[in-house]
Amino acid sequence: MSHSLSSSIPGFAPAPAAIPVRAVLPWAAFGVVLALALLYFVGAEQGATSLISGHAVHEFVHDGRHLLGFPCH
Amino acid sequence: MTDVTFWASPATDGGSCLMAGRLLARGMVAGVIAACLAFLFARIFGEPQVNLAIAFEAAQDAAAGMAPEPELVSRAVQASFGLLVASLMYGAAYGGIYAVVFAFAYGRMGRISPRALALLLAGAGFLTFVLIPGLKYPPNPPGIGHPDTIQLRTATYFEVIALSVCVMAIAILVGRRLALRLGAWNATLCGVGLFVVLTALVQATAPDINEVPANFPAVVLWRFREAAIGMQIVLWGALGLIFGPLAAAVLAPKEGGRRLAG
Ligand SMILES: [Zn+2]
Repeated sequence: MSHSLSSSIPGFAPAPAAIPVRAVLPWAAFGVVLALALLYFVGAEQGATSLISGHAVHEFVHDGRHLLGFPCH
Repeated sequence: MTDVTFWASPATDGGSCLMAGRLLARGMVAGVIAACLAFLFARIFGEPQVNLAIAFEAAQDAAAGMAPEPELVSRAVQASFGLLVASLMYGAAYGGIYAVVFAFAYGRMGRISPRALALLLAGAGFLTFVLIPGLKYPPNPPGIGHPDTIQLRTATYFEVIALSVCVMAIAILVGRRLALRLGAWNATLCGVGLFVVLTALVQATAPDINEVPANFPAVVLWRFREAAIGMQIVLWGALGLIFGPLAAAVLAPKEGGRRLAG
């Protein structure tokens, strides 16, 4: 990282270097999309909206949906 | 210095990018482990209340002369694998979001160790994603909620979460801005004050929803909500404690003058 010079000076404790925003952004986009997809299936599929027909997904995650705080039924 | 490291370090971009990816992966792993613990808690303290609520619902239906609901997935599966899988998906999801926030926050929140930042952000995540939205729309056991309002209830629930995230972001950004002029202590107070005011505004304007049947057993409702909030405390607490060391290991080589090859 860009602070490797300062950290090589003995007795000088640098503030931790931030990870550049543009290095985080692609992972942030990927992580958030993945997370929203997961939360959708736990919290809303076959409830408010339905991508897969039937009630199997809703019934399977039913107890989790209630205990994790999502609206149900 | 901060602005420089924000944008311009072309030589080490590959390394930084790898680091962000590893943080995300470890966040999701920490979320999955935390979810296992949360599952155990919910299994022990939540399931008895779910069963009591379903028994109440069934008794109500029977009294009204309705046929019992067909079991598509057996109660035993719902209370074990179903609950576990739902918890794991939830833990992985929030573990990922949390790790992304950590990757942005690290090095931009002053001199704070990875472990302390991990715990701080887990607390903030619990507050933002769970506690604040839950004050307006608390978790409900089976037997509460009309099927025909599920659209409205789902939409408003996700809306208060989104607004809660916005309020938290605004409070932090304003607090950081004020820190230069007012000092850390007063700026934090201003940020908290702004957070409280905006949260009150959001909660006052969101529609009230109360579908608890008048004769629903109050103790079951209370115990269920205790279990639900306890499950979240276990999840976010474990997430913060587990992710801290994992993140520190990713960031550590950097701390002691890291080789460019890494
Ligand atoms: Zn339900």
